[in-house]
Amino acid sequence: MSKSKNKLLNIEDLGIEYVTEDGTVKAVNGIEIKLNEGETLGLVGETGAGKTTTALGIMRLVPNPPGKIVSGKIEFEGSNLLDVSEEEMRMIRGNKISMIFQDPMTSLNPVMTVGQQIAEVIEIHQDLSRQEAAKKSEEMLELVGIPGSRANDYPHQFSGGMKQRVVIAISLACNPQLLIADEPTTALDVTIQAQVLDLMNNLKKEFNTAMILITHDLGVVSEVCDKVAIMYAGEIIESATLEQLFTNPRHPYTVGLFGSIPNLEEETDRLSPVKGLMPDPTDLPSGCKFHPRCPYAKDICAKQDPNSTEIEAQHKVKCLIYEGLIDAEVKR
Amino acid sequence: MADKILEVKNLKKHFKTPKGMLHAVDGIDFSIERGKTLGVVGESGCGKSTTGRVVLRLLEATDGEIIFEGKNIRMFNKEQLRQLRREMQIIFQDPFASLNPRMTVSEIIGEPLKIHGITKNKKELSDKVSELMDTVGLADRLVNTYPHELDGGRRQRIGIARALSLNPKFIVCDEPVSALDVSIQAQVLNLMQDLQKDFGLTYMFITHDLSVVKHFSDEIAVMYLGQLVEKAPANELFKNPVHPYTKALLSAIPVPSLTNKKERVILKGEITSPINPDPGCRFCKRCPYADNCPTAEPVLKDIGNGHFVACHLIHELV
Amino acid sequence: MTSTLADKSRTTLKKKNKKRSQWAEVWRRLKKNKMAMLGLAILAVLILGAVFAPWIADYDEVVIKLDLVNRLQGPSAENLLGTDEFGRDILARMIWGARVSLRVGILAVGISILIGGSLGAIAGFYGGKLDTVIMRIMDIFLAIPGILLAIAIVSALGPSLINLMIAIGISSVPSYARIVRASVLSIREQEFIEAARAIGANDTRIILKHIIPNALAPVIVQGTLGVAGAILSTAGLSFIGLGIQPPAPEWGAMLATGRAFLRDAWHVTTFPGLAIMITILALNLVGDGLRDALDPRLKQ
Repeated sequence: MSKSKNKLLNIEDLGIEYVTEDGTVKAVNGIEIKLNEGETLGLVGETGAGKTTTALGIMRLVPNPPGKIVSGKIEFEGSNLLDVSEEEMRMIRGNKISMIFQDPMTSLNPVMTVGQQIAEVIEIHQDLSRQEAAKKSEEMLELVGIPGSRANDYPHQFSGGMKQRVVIAISLACNPQLLIADEPTTALDVTIQAQVLDLMNNLKKEFNTAMILITHDLGVVSEVCDKVAIMYAGEIIESATLEQLFTNPRHPYTVGLFGSIPNLEEETDRLSPVKGLMPDPTDLPSGCKFHPRCPYAKDICAKQDPNSTEIEAQHKVKCLIYEGLIDAEVKR
Repeated sequence: MADKILEVKNLKKHFKTPKGMLHAVDGIDFSIERGKTLGVVGESGCGKSTTGRVVLRLLEATDGEIIFEGKNIRMFNKEQLRQLRREMQIIFQDPFASLNPRMTVSEIIGEPLKIHGITKNKKELSDKVSELMDTVGLADRLVNTYPHELDGGRRQRIGIARALSLNPKFIVCDEPVSALDVSIQAQVLNLMQDLQKDFGLTYMFITHDLSVVKHFSDEIAVMYLGQLVEKAPANELFKNPVHPYTKALLSAIPVPSLTNKKERVILKGEITSPINPDPGCRFCKRCPYADNCPTAEPVLKDIGNGHFVACHLIHELV
Repeated sequence: MTSTLADKSRTTLKKKNKKRSQWAEVWRRLKKNKMAMLGLAILAVLILGAVFAPWIADYDEVVIKLDLVNRLQGPSAENLLGTDEFGRDILARMIWGARVSLRVGILAVGISILIGGSLGAIAGFYGGKLDTVIMRIMDIFLAIPGILLAIAIVSALGPSLINLMIAIGISSVPSYARIVRASVLSIREQEFIEAARAIGANDTRIILKHIIPNALAPVIVQGTLGVAGAILSTAGLSFIGLGIQPPAPEWGAMLATGRAFLRDAWHVTTFPGLAIMITILALNLVGDGLRDALDPRLKQ
């Protein structure tokens, strides 16, 4: 699907913890992510699954204290981001890796014109004069479908969808290799969401930018992504290509997620959601983190932490069923 | 003749703003049959939440009639209105803002019972609260907890229990699951469905989530800038959307499936301002079909199968 | 049998789950703040001293009885903090003075919270013209410096303990009105107020049960700091002779009379001054601590 297959990002055994009054929260626990140039990974999970923390970890923006990266490596273009100095990291942020946040209303500075805000990133990272940067920022606006003449307008003069376009323009201004988008369309209306997704798809193709799209919406994933990783309680419990995941979800939680969404094509009288609630992050269950909610769980699930099993090429599942320790078949 | 529990005629709600009159709800008509669910969909600012609140008289309508169980409740006085609260209830969107942070779960659920003097003593009250908590699936041990100690799904269950406590016939559900995670969303939707069956409730289900509304509703009304543009039984609407806005809206839903990818209708522009709207069709500026549409306001027309559409191009589009 | 057993286990369960209320939570957070706890300890000593003053020193025999032989004695075993210009024990007078200062402070703040709070709540809840009228009147009051207003009121009513409280209380009414109005305005827009309407609650119930408990936090903080302000104002008014009249002991008045003997007897002014300072400091520490403890954003 992607044009080139050069490795861009390789995360191994990443662990991030928060130390709070009530105990240590393992927000991200030994995750593995591999991404090639031009590919889009959908990082899917519910509130508290650790999606945003993972993204902040890659940017090295985990608030410290209380957060801390405790293990693993984040290889980006061959060098470990956890080893580079803060100064070098600053040159990477917004330049080679940039991030879009969920709320377009608060991620723009209200007292700067949008043109200035785009030009700011360009001036920091590229050796361009003020005029050139201003010109480039108008080009970026045109690129995301806003007339360049509006560069001198302030954020409050734009609507929600337009602001998110401006945010996208800022994040793409330096032509990054990797774009991390944290729920970029959640705050938008459906018709506007469709516009923004359309735009992101086009830009991705045009610039061959790799992307990590964080979302809770499997529908959005199916529109934009090549690969999907499902997170639960700080772990990636299933990762696969888009097609594998949608045609053949294997982890009981993934199946439960699909069962929770009303299907527009089929008639269902009742939804079949995952029972129970997300576990308390300060007091995670032993063994498999999902076992208290899992319809297939056996005694062993409470004792043994499952390994990631590759059940077909690129399709990995973290469940004891696939280690041959439980005899069950996960059905949709 | 269907048994209509609620009928709304030419309902209007205008707000005064510094920039001019905001036409939040501008002349809508609909009715809901007893025991059924009417889904009201639309994007932010289309007036769907305002409609829900006006119907309950939490906001006073500017014009129109609200006929509940045969009586125009716009004429009700204070005491009648207080009695009406036992019949009509509301479930709110935000399970964080809609619960008083200084009250415990049992105080919140018991408050309506106290106000309406339904339970005679403390014992009766606490029994009734336990019963309600059981109905909505809240564990008994949570009686003395405060809302901030609970997660979104449980908080929403508190909101539902509070709405149920007065044994209402009709409940306005204002985006009751949109603040919740997917798996919790499904749990709450299932609960609401069970309650509807068990208590014979009638729902007005307000949401922006089209997949949820299709799953949940018998009939769906689509709103755009304070007006109804299309109204039809749920399946009919999804099978055969007629209004250009409905078409665009339906095609914009990201479907979690790889087959059946629909051709997208990407709308240009964004929702226009509901302040002093221009006469004529409000969707005109974004409509991919509009071409010399008359300047009169389109009215809802019956096109059969209980399907109503408000569009000048109705004959070309059907 | 079984049912009673079940009932029993249910009630024990309920008791076990009697979770700490929000105020218990605030107390837990406040306890972590060492400076606030220090302030609280100082206040406790002061309050105990004030409450038990009659058992510590006899008013007629020690506090106001002239003993000119022993005037202006420095600190000694007999008079721990020395004596004043009439030979009265300064420590005893300070302990009795704490009664006045604390009483005026707390009651004056009580008066202003009661009046200012209700006015602010009404203005915020009903809005519109009523709001405009109330708040413009408050603005007029705010335009006059508080101490000047208090001076004017006391001079008009005549100096007495009650008038002092009224004067100081009224002069800080506008600030409480503003605080309460601001928080009522934001709480009024919350969905749980609408929820209360939807279940048929009337205005009185909404204000008393839903708005006031949620608007209290900033008022408590301001109130604690306000007590300090009121004690200072009392001292100030007494200092210029409009407050507590001699021979009744009051810190500000003691400070004022001792001023004349500053060269020969430093202790006469120093100790009341220190008492004022330490009390204000303690109240401010507690107020700051409360503000932090009540701010939910600092929870984590």
